[in-house]
Amino acid sequence: MKLTLKIWRQKDAKSAGKFVTYALDNISPNCSFLEMLDILNEQLIEKNDDPVVFDHDCREGICGMCSLYINGRPHGPDDAVTACQLHMRKFHDGDTIVIEPWRARPFPVIRDLMVDRSAFDKIIQEGGYVSVNTGGAAEANNILVGKENSELAMDAAACIGCGACVAACKNGSAMLFVSAKVSQFALLPQGQVEAKQRVKKMVRMMDELGFGNCTNTYACEAECPKLISRSNIARMNREFLCAKVS
Amino acid sequence: MNSSFLRFSSITKKIWMAFLGLFLMIFLVVHLGINLCLLRSDGGAWFTAAAHFMGTNYIVKVFEIGLFAGFIIHIMLGIILQVQNWMARPVRYMVSNKTYTPFLSKYMIYTGGIVLIFLIIHFINFYFIKMGWVSNVHTSAEGEPNFYVIAQELFAQPVYSILYILFFIVLGFHLNQAFQAAWQTLGVNHPQYNTCIQRFGTFYAIIVPLGFIIVPVYFLLIR
Repeated sequence: MKLTLKIWRQKDAKSAGKFVTYALDNISPNCSFLEMLDILNEQLIEKNDDPVVFDHDCREGICGMCSLYINGRPHGPDDAVTACQLHMRKFHDGDTIVIEPWRARPFPVIRDLMVDRSAFDKIIQEGGYVSVNTGGAAEANNILVGKENSELAMDAAACIGCGACVAACKNGSAMLFVSAKVSQFALLPQGQVEAKQRVKKMVRMMDELGFGNCTNTYACEAECPKLISRSNIARMNREFLCAKVS
Repeated sequence: MNSSFLRFSSITKKIWMAFLGLFLMIFLVVHLGINLCLLRSDGGAWFTAAAHFMGTNYIVKVFEIGLFAGFIIHIMLGIILQVQNWMARPVRYMVSNKTYTPFLSKYMIYTGGIVLIFLIIHFINFYFIKMGWVSNVHTSAEGEPNFYVIAQELFAQPVYSILYILFFIVLGFHLNQAFQAAWQTLGVNHPQYNTCIQRFGTFYAIIVPLGFIIVPVYFLLIR
């Protein structure tokens, strides 16, 4: 495949960035998107140019490190996959591919396509956990969990925190991410103990960090590589309302 | 950003926005009922009686305060939330977003803004006259403004009627997204009820604006 890449290049967080165009030839359709960028980087290194910096880790779609906005869509044109699981066969020979970093005030660009997503960590630190005492593990069947709730909690826990929801949302809202984290605990008895404080503190941190407000366009749900449902947002709204009035 | 109004959390602001939006949708049905009285060939007797009742009844007057507060808070929250949303993405993407989203759901602030323009025109034409802030030549024997004649004169102008129809089409698009979004914001999302909420919202967003549109069509084409 012959491709033209337009990639956002930015030296560091303080520098102004710009798009740089690269021509790439002989790309196999079976390459993953990140492998295609690896090939580009090898060519750049051979020419003594700086390679394109982009986040990646497991390349198995489970770590949440990929953060590429490809031709107007987070993680590219395929549904329910991360950029590392995207293959070049989803593009056509001769295509021009525009690659941008996530854009949101709480996700500043560190370099090229790499963004700082520690804002998500700050939200998790506000309550995205269950406090337990250390010691011997209790008998699992001591606390019974309904099948339906355990499935829903597991679905919510599938969120890998990649930030595609924020990148896709026209408002840069993190509601899908925060609601998935709130839901996975709210649905289980172990999460009930800290439920009220959790939702209030996590939402407050989300607002303080400058994420936008949800306007129910559901772009987040459409682009989530883990298919996190918008019903989690409704659940978080319910949890928040109940926590505020009780 | 120091005002206490702005310090409410994003979800609190949205819940109020949704609650007030649903309240305004109830009011719209009452307003439609009065407007449809214009279609009766009774020289405006029903319409005038309804307008008189709405203007003089004390319970209605109390509701009127709530209604105005509802409108103002709904509009203010909409603007505040939108400004915060614009601020959340200071650097835009070069390629505009290609993600599938429900029709016009991304443009609620714009459809809402168009509805606000209509509301201002509507207030100048009717409420300002009712309050005596704007001079009016059409008065009844009791000295009250004759809204039947005022409405007739306005709808007889093709430009006003066409704009009126266009405004209500835009309102229909606004309401279609707003109804299901309001319930989602209030936490009502269940596989058993989602389709019902969606369909009722679309039904309402078609039927109610259509009811308003019938009036200028009747005055323009039939009378």
